[in-house]
Amino acid sequence: MQRLLSLLSFLALVALAAVPAQAQQQSGPLRIEITEGVIEPLPFALPSFVAETAGAQDLADQISRVVAADLVGTGLFREIPQSAFISSLTSFASPVQFADWRAINAQALIAGAVTIGSGGRLTVKFRLYDVFAGQEMGDGLQFDGTQEGWRRMAHKVADVVYARITGEGPYFDSRVVFVAETGTKGERKKRLAIMDYDGFGASYLTDSSTIVLAPRFSPTGDRVLYTSYETGFPRIYLLDVSNVGRRELPIPSGEMAFSPRFSPDARTVVFSLTQGGNTDIWRMDLNGANPQRLTNAPSIETAPSFSPDGSQIVFESDRSGTQQLYIMPATGGEPRRISFGQGRYGSPVWSPRGDLIAFTKQSKGRFHIGVMRLDGSEERLLTASFLDESPSWAPNGRVIMFTRETQGAGGMASLYSVDISGRNLKRVRTETGASDPAWSPLLP
Amino acid sequence: MTLALRTAGRAALFGTMIALAACSSPSRFGADGAGLVGAGAMQPGSASDPASPLYFQQTVGDRVLFAVDQSTLDTQSRLVLDGQANWLAANLDYTAVIEGHADEQGTREYNLALGARRANAVQEYLVARGIDPNRLRVVSYGKERPLELCSDEACYAKNRRAVTVLAAGPSG
Repeated sequence: MQRLLSLLSFLALVALAAVPAQAQQQSGPLRIEITEGVIEPLPFALPSFVAETAGAQDLADQISRVVAADLVGTGLFREIPQSAFISSLTSFASPVQFADWRAINAQALIAGAVTIGSGGRLTVKFRLYDVFAGQEMGDGLQFDGTQEGWRRMAHKVADVVYARITGEGPYFDSRVVFVAETGTKGERKKRLAIMDYDGFGASYLTDSSTIVLAPRFSPTGDRVLYTSYETGFPRIYLLDVSNVGRRELPIPSGEMAFSPRFSPDARTVVFSLTQGGNTDIWRMDLNGANPQRLTNAPSIETAPSFSPDGSQIVFESDRSGTQQLYIMPATGGEPRRISFGQGRYGSPVWSPRGDLIAFTKQSKGRFHIGVMRLDGSEERLLTASFLDESPSWAPNGRVIMFTRETQGAGGMASLYSVDISGRNLKRVRTETGASDPAWSPLLP
Repeated sequence: MTLALRTAGRAALFGTMIALAACSSPSRFGADGAGLVGAGAMQPGSASDPASPLYFQQTVGDRVLFAVDQSTLDTQSRLVLDGQANWLAANLDYTAVIEGHADEQGTREYNLALGARRANAVQEYLVARGIDPNRLRVVSYGKERPLELCSDEACYAKNRRAVTVLAAGPSG
């Protein structure tokens, strides 16, 4: 509770009074429909935020850059260089000269200001303008927090802009837990690490003394389940992100336990348990109580993922002879096969919006990240490479991060992201090799 | 709690974790996983001594290979495992961990399960040949510990393996 309160006060959000609308020059709402095919990125102007107190200019500049980078990074927005600006914004309160912004074809204008108050508190406020309509888009907002939290405040500003213009949920103020990889392919060292969604602010959660695999965030992003060889044998661990304390979860007897995932209510873990060489899916309470076997087949059942409402689980099984995707009730029961295309399907992940399943597909010697509907229809492959795997959803269900590994003795793994229309494929910045990303929910 | 405080807590805990990780693991030989032979590992002995772990590794043969996605033991594998069973029956001071592996052409968690199938096939064969199951443990490394690094079938074939890794002493 203590932690929750402190997080809330860390980012206080206040709506500012709307500025009065000026000349109405309606030319349709400022909006990007990101489900449509190829789109022209929307041009925006983002003058460096105004420093309202002495010494705040550096932070104001840095925050402005992060807001712009978030927006441009989606592939949906294009930043107009400041050198093209006709007007400048010297004060947050002064009226906007829309004609000057129209003249450089800025469709959106983001104006902001930064204050460092007594006691060092940082305040960031901003307004989003629809330049061609000549009016503000939504209310101005103000965030208040510590100076150390400036990146999160920038992400919050960008999230509001993104959500207002695209109509989609926000996702920039989020983190990614992943496996940092160093050493050569034959002597790989793996450590659990966490970073902001854009690769900044990385820190390690475990040392490199043992293999760690496939972390997953809790629904509130404060804990991580993962697989570790700490005892010499794969077991599942629960780690507290705030203090990096970790404990092994008690499991029913078996040679290995792996692929743990939280249920949406965070009370239950589903995982794979191997007994006598056979791997099935189990669930139990987070304290190890009430273990229940959900599948019972001589085939391999693994990589479970809950539906957002907690009622169903998608998983992979080779019961048909090859890896395919199945959905079953979250309490077990008859599974329904959903993948029927050519090739093998693995590592399914249910979208946080509930509408799609992301997966890894292996076909004709190539690996793909793809998405399909819950009944297996409308399969769409988003990527292709020597080895793409382990997709993870952005909190808004519109972007997927995954592992891409290069081939040969010098092979190395990196994180990439792509949006669900297959556009904007790009590498995510990490200092070392990286694999098995898991995207957090939006931070509180 | 500020971000700065949280980072300080993390650094303090890190020291503890690294210290704990330094605890030694049981003596073992022949593991082809990286960095497994450390302080406390026994000398593997001479290859000409039939009771030595080196003899087990080199002459008896410590590993069997598998076809793509398969965990069945072919005739040659069974011959190797007959030799392993004979050796283990004659050298009761040793226990073994059977390590199952997969090639890189598969998803990570599936390959873990596949490696477990392979290790289990070896364990079941050795038990059927009279080895006390309490002397054998299995573990899968999936595709985490490739022996050969190229991305061709020549390497994949050697990576789809189950390796019997000897350890000294009674099973724990």
